[in-house]
Amino acid sequence: MTALSALFARDARVAIRIGGGAMMGVLFFLAVVTLVPFAIGPDLALLRRIGPAILWLGALLSSLLALDRLFANDHEDGSLDLILMARPPLELIVITKALAHWVTTGLPLVVAAPILGLFLNLDPAALSATVLTLLVGTPALTFIGVIGAALATALRRGGLLLPVLVLPLTIPVLIFGVAATNAAAVGPMPFETPFTILCALTLMSGVIGPFAAAATLRYGME
Amino acid sequence: MALIDLANPSRFVALVGRVLPWLIVATVIAFAFGLRESYLAPDDYQQGATVKIMFIHVPNAWLSMFAWGVMSIAALGTLVWRHPLADVAAKCAAPLGAAFTLLALVTGSLWGRPMWGTYWVWDARLTSVLVLFIMYLALIALWRTVDDQNRAGRAAAVLTLVGAVNLPIIKFSVDWWNTLHQPASVLRMGGPTIDRSLLIPLAVMALAFALLFVTLHLAAMRNEIMRRRVRTLMLMQAERA
Amino acid sequence: MKLSGLDLTCIRGGRRVFSELSFSVAAGTALLLTGPNGAGKSSLLRMIAGLIRPAKGSLMLEGGDPELSVGEQSHYVGHQDPLKPALTVTENLVFWVRFLNGKAGVSAAASIEQGLDAVGLADLARLPAGYLSAGQRRRLSLARLLAVPRPIWLLDEPTTALDAASRDRLRRVMLDHLSGGGLIVAATHGPLGLVEAGQLRLGGSSMDGEEPARPEDVDAVDAVP
Repeated sequence: MTALSALFARDARVAIRIGGGAMMGVLFFLAVVTLVPFAIGPDLALLRRIGPAILWLGALLSSLLALDRLFANDHEDGSLDLILMARPPLELIVITKALAHWVTTGLPLVVAAPILGLFLNLDPAALSATVLTLLVGTPALTFIGVIGAALATALRRGGLLLPVLVLPLTIPVLIFGVAATNAAAVGPMPFETPFTILCALTLMSGVIGPFAAAATLRYGME
Repeated sequence: MALIDLANPSRFVALVGRVLPWLIVATVIAFAFGLRESYLAPDDYQQGATVKIMFIHVPNAWLSMFAWGVMSIAALGTLVWRHPLADVAAKCAAPLGAAFTLLALVTGSLWGRPMWGTYWVWDARLTSVLVLFIMYLALIALWRTVDDQNRAGRAAAVLTLVGAVNLPIIKFSVDWWNTLHQPASVLRMGGPTIDRSLLIPLAVMALAFALLFVTLHLAAMRNEIMRRRVRTLMLMQAERA
Repeated sequence: MKLSGLDLTCIRGGRRVFSELSFSVAAGTALLLTGPNGAGKSSLLRMIAGLIRPAKGSLMLEGGDPELSVGEQSHYVGHQDPLKPALTVTENLVFWVRFLNGKAGVSAAASIEQGLDAVGLADLARLPAGYLSAGQRRRLSLARLLAVPRPIWLLDEPTTALDAASRDRLRRVMLDHLSGGGLIVAATHGPLGLVEAGQLRLGGSSMDGEEPARPEDVDAVDAVP
């Protein structure tokens, strides 16, 4: 347990000290949300209707932004060798690294979402629904993303490979995240139905992602 | 990063030490006077007391552009004259510019709230300021991600100048985009419509915020020089050990 | 404690790096892996560490902790230094001590101070690791060997970037480790100054692809200290 908490603390600390992590994701989120009205026009009624979708798309893209460095940095400086040799199971190590990544990059997106929601003229009900669904849904994005991060590191290919690999896998999360938000904001569907499925998706990816990533690292790093 | 480079900044730090107390006093006086004038200014016959947000909003909007101007001159200093203080000045102006831009955005949206019925409309003026804000943040991110301050300085200088050329183009595009879409309401801040009684508080507040910018900028530059010295000392310590 | 490998074969990227290689190292002794580039010195170390699985053959450890794998009882020092430039010297070492040891507390704090002292970095404890020179970074990596006790040391060119004084310090540290009952397997080009070390020469003939590398000299491996 000490080993894992030490790993969590180290990853979080490195992410906070180097400007790349949290701030960059939020900045990208802001830029994406700002671009949308330029493309579709400043019609507040339209923006209010598609606002949750824009926020979800922006958060999805931003959360994948820094992910390709998750194992690559440790691979480059040799830390990954020692991590693979270590006593805690690799799956738990992947979960720990994913959680540290989510806390430093996913959580700031959730915090930024209500402010960006104001730009899109969302009402309080839609705002709180977006924040809640993002809070529950972004961990799923990170857990799915770690598979791509492990593959990118094992194949020694960074950059665009990861989003290409991971984006199709995030489709269910996007569908139910936006559906739950829209259900809360405009109805007529009850909020609980898609929201419960979103929770289930997060829990499932919390299991599948770390196992797949650990397997990729174990067999890919030889 | 040799010791010789510190010679000129040393004189600068000494100068800042002498000037800063006076600047702080001047800033406080200007704010006291400006806030008093703003308080005494008459309410608008249409907007009521909310018009007084203007006394904070407008100086901040001006300064948000002024800070980019300062950074552009500093960028020339870095690239053309290779002045050792230039990239310190540029680096310290970026967070200040971002802060003033953020204040302009927040006060603008608070001011518009009663008129628009919402905190944000994609009005040409506000949207341009938002883009400016994003560019400031991008510049700060650049400073923070590159560890070698000399390399970061040159990269930031290029980006600042590109931004200086691009900002009018962005502004023009946003204006064009906005007229294309026939906005519901526009924040009106034309010259002739402003009343004489509002002009004096506005001018004093603008002066106060400008003084605040200069004070904070000089203090931040001094801190940055100190920070670089600490870094140099640490590197020297690592070399000796 | 005795670490031995029997008929180990390593195939990397379709290339036979070495085959049917056997060795054994007893507690208190060191085994030096020598040979030209590409002979498989690093591959053998990574294989012992558990980072590469052997295509054939087996690794055995007698007298170790049966609950743990060989890798989990080993320190592995590779070519890179596993340090984060944004963290301080102490933070880097504290992380590895807590991560490798799995326990924190007073003993950890003491062992960190000891480790930094032993590699001569105590004065730089509060500096970011990014400010260190290559030799200092290497010394900081080696500090974890002292701060976390493990019986098996797997060292891949441990003297890289070290100056004469540091090499000498490393030699003394290794001798201490051996006399304390530990064992060392080290890949090296130059002498490490360990007098009673066995040597395993890995041939470089795999470069021409015909004959696989073979161990040529496995004597003195079980030398008594």
